[in-house]
Amino acid sequence: MALYECVFIARQDISATQAEALADQFTGIIEQGGGTVPKKELWGLRTLAYRIKKNRKGHYVLLNLDAPAPAVHEMERIMRLNEDVLRYLTVRVDELEAGPSAVVQSRHSRDDRGDRGGRGDDRGGRGGFRGERGDRGDRGGRESRPPREHHEASESDDRETVS
Amino acid sequence: MTVEVVSKSAGVRRPFFRRRKSCPFSGPNAIKIDFKDVRMLQRFISERGKMVPSRITAVSAKKQRELAKAIKRARYLALIPYLVQ
Repeated sequence: MALYECVFIARQDISATQAEALADQFTGIIEQGGGTVPKKELWGLRTLAYRIKKNRKGHYVLLNLDAPAPAVHEMERIMRLNEDVLRYLTVRVDELEAGPSAVVQSRHSRDDRGDRGGRGDDRGGRGGFRGERGDRGDRGGRESRPPREHHEASESDDRETVS
Repeated sequence: MTVEVVSKSAGVRRPFFRRRKSCPFSGPNAIKIDFKDVRMLQRFISERGKMVPSRITAVSAKKQRELAKAIKRARYLALIPYLVQ
């Protein structure tokens, strides 16, 4: 049997227990089709990056599947019919992750931007760009970036040799 | 004049040699590419939500293809935005 990872997003209006019941329903379908669900992971109510069917949030559920293809097709069909499911994605994988996936902890994108600071020299320039994000188009930033990168690269090099 | 030019070109060229970073997804302590790992993917998308080219992030071509797929999956699941306005 093949291994799959399935993530689906349920509507924000339903409760967490209802979302779990939904997951159990899909698990039942898989088991009827002769498969198993080694892991069921509830990520809880997360904010969507963009609106889907007027929803700003959604209950995310991850299912790890070990099932034959017809069972997966049947589960996907039911998901399409179910109006509580906003979206689903089933991906075939070579091996399933055993432990908890590292999704839920990292919700704050601000922290990630901090991490990125050390990577490139053009970050300083981007910091300014971030400040006046509203007015400026994409173009302006792009045009001014390459020379700046050069400049700062040479500057930082000087600094490195001095220190 | 000529001396200045020489020193300048050396100053520009040196960082190329010095930090020839290797691909973060290959080698001994490689990170795994996973569409669910939003924090990892955030490092490879710009402020605007675009993918960062591999010449900046030093990701190998093979891994960049994998990464692009992971980013697109994460976008589909609304884990990361298609565009940041």
